[in-house]
Amino acid sequence: MVKVLMKGNEVIAEAAVHAGCKYFFGYPITPQSELVAYMAKRLPEVGGLFLQAESEIAAINMVYGAAGTGVRVMTSSSSPGFSLKQEGISFLVGSELPAVICNIVRGGPGLGNIQPAQSDYFQVTKGGGHGDYHIPVLAPASLQEIVDLTQDAFDIADRYRTPVIIMGDGMLGQMMEPVEFYEAKPKEVPKKDWATTGTRGDGGPKIITSLELNAESLEKHNHHLQAKFKQIKENEVRFEAYETEDADYILVAFGTVARIAMNAIRKARQEGIKVGLIRPISLWPFPEKPFIDTRDKVKSYITVEMSAGQMIEDVRLAVNGHAPVDFFGRTGGVVPTQEEIYHKIISVAGGVEV
Amino acid sequence: MITVYEKTKGLTDKPTHYCPGCTHGIIHRIVGEVLAEMDILEDTIGVASVGCSVLSYEYFNCDMTQAAHGRAPAVATGIKRVLPDRFVFTYQGDGDLASIGMSEVIHAAARGEKITVIFVNNAIYGMTGGQMAPTTLIGQKTVTSPEGRNPNIQGMPIRISEMISTLDGAAYIERVSTHDVPHIAKVKKAIRKAFETQKKGIGFSLIEVLSTCPTNWGIDPIESLEWMKNNMIPAYPLGVYKNIGERE
Repeated sequence: MVKVLMKGNEVIAEAAVHAGCKYFFGYPITPQSELVAYMAKRLPEVGGLFLQAESEIAAINMVYGAAGTGVRVMTSSSSPGFSLKQEGISFLVGSELPAVICNIVRGGPGLGNIQPAQSDYFQVTKGGGHGDYHIPVLAPASLQEIVDLTQDAFDIADRYRTPVIIMGDGMLGQMMEPVEFYEAKPKEVPKKDWATTGTRGDGGPKIITSLELNAESLEKHNHHLQAKFKQIKENEVRFEAYETEDADYILVAFGTVARIAMNAIRKARQEGIKVGLIRPISLWPFPEKPFIDTRDKVKSYITVEMSAGQMIEDVRLAVNGHAPVDFFGRTGGVVPTQEEIYHKIISVAGGVEV
Repeated sequence: MITVYEKTKGLTDKPTHYCPGCTHGIIHRIVGEVLAEMDILEDTIGVASVGCSVLSYEYFNCDMTQAAHGRAPAVATGIKRVLPDRFVFTYQGDGDLASIGMSEVIHAAARGEKITVIFVNNAIYGMTGGQMAPTTLIGQKTVTSPEGRNPNIQGMPIRISEMISTLDGAAYIERVSTHDVPHIAKVKKAIRKAFETQKKGIGFSLIEVLSTCPTNWGIDPIESLEWMKNNMIPAYPLGVYKNIGERE
């Protein structure tokens, strides 16, 4: 297969088409608008349908309707728009409907700006909407990884009947890299015998709902959801560990920040400082194992984020007091530089500032 | 023995939770009858909304989806766009449709979504205990307009059928009432017309059905029907507001 040079947002869209997604309901918002435009052009070519909704709220509810018929369906947005989708996402979880939602994160809070950020980490990993839930969140660091993870996102959604979030930052959405698409091996996903497509030929009426007025019944449903989340935690953790075996210091970063951190690590290694990287790829379920494996050996972890420090809370939980956890972050759309991260490593390592 | 009246196949055996005297039951039955008589029950997906009719998914004898408050037309859009040969309807009250869901219904109508909206207008929020709705009449007392709706404070009521009928995508819009038997017969005719509009693929259809809420209006069921006739119909005149099929 040949490599093609594409923009991140377009790669997500094309990868979704390769994953069998034929329906997309979206609303324009920078910096993910190319995704919407790509789908508008592309989906009719594969016999699918693109519809521009009147709002992000309508878009996620159109996704809810389409998902209920059993098709692979997707929507995307960026932070302020993603906030608007929370109600619908909570309903998708409650009604157990599979869908893929992409959040190309920008600076916040409020209208913020259109620069890259990771400050929606809490929102995507801790539930986001009302109720007791988690959603699988995949955070690619490169455009090629988007291709793999988008396929995974649809498979996970179908396998567990859950919405799945693909989280990138504005940089990932806007950058161009060569990527290679491939026909994915069809994954075993359960038959969607719960879909509401009319009862002709399939017995009695089916109901899709998240309402359960009886407290004991709703608790039972919540226990069922929790059991599913536990299963997802057991099966769907993804991470990359880079040079952590001999590391005295381990950086923790995800998405594009991990790539910048990687360069800082190489420079520090040249200076003789043993630094490694843990890159969570699934932000939820958060990868605890690489921390358990390293927390009694390292001198310190350094979490690097494009936020005021959100993932650091999960890092601390995984480290569980076995080692100090330091932090370096830039917010508001400022991207941390390789030098800044390098200097942070030096300062934590007790070396002389270069 | 000759059967002169029986339960429609369009409804399940589940007893409804509606208050005595509420006209939701009549409207449910009519929707069920129309689906059964058109023989489209098996090809229909209904969308329940939030409010008194939230549990309608247990009463209609077809595939059903329960939507977030006000979002039923967007959910119905998602279903219909994937399954254009199926029948899709929403069943929404005035709080759900005319307040929180105004955006969704207007845009579904503007796009000419080939869905049918059953809009039940009883001028009050029932499920939450009798609060003011966008359709609450001037002077009408509710728990959130205890002195009666004052246009200077709470603003004017909204006429949905008139408003939606101005949109080019709206194909069939009619307002009907459940206050007596002849008018109930008209309700059925209107709802049938709406589903036939959908069948022909002409565009968006909405039937506004004036309905009672004895519990929250604080009057008995018979009096409620009278009150509806004398107060609601002057504010919400009955009739066909849009019929593209006929025009063509």
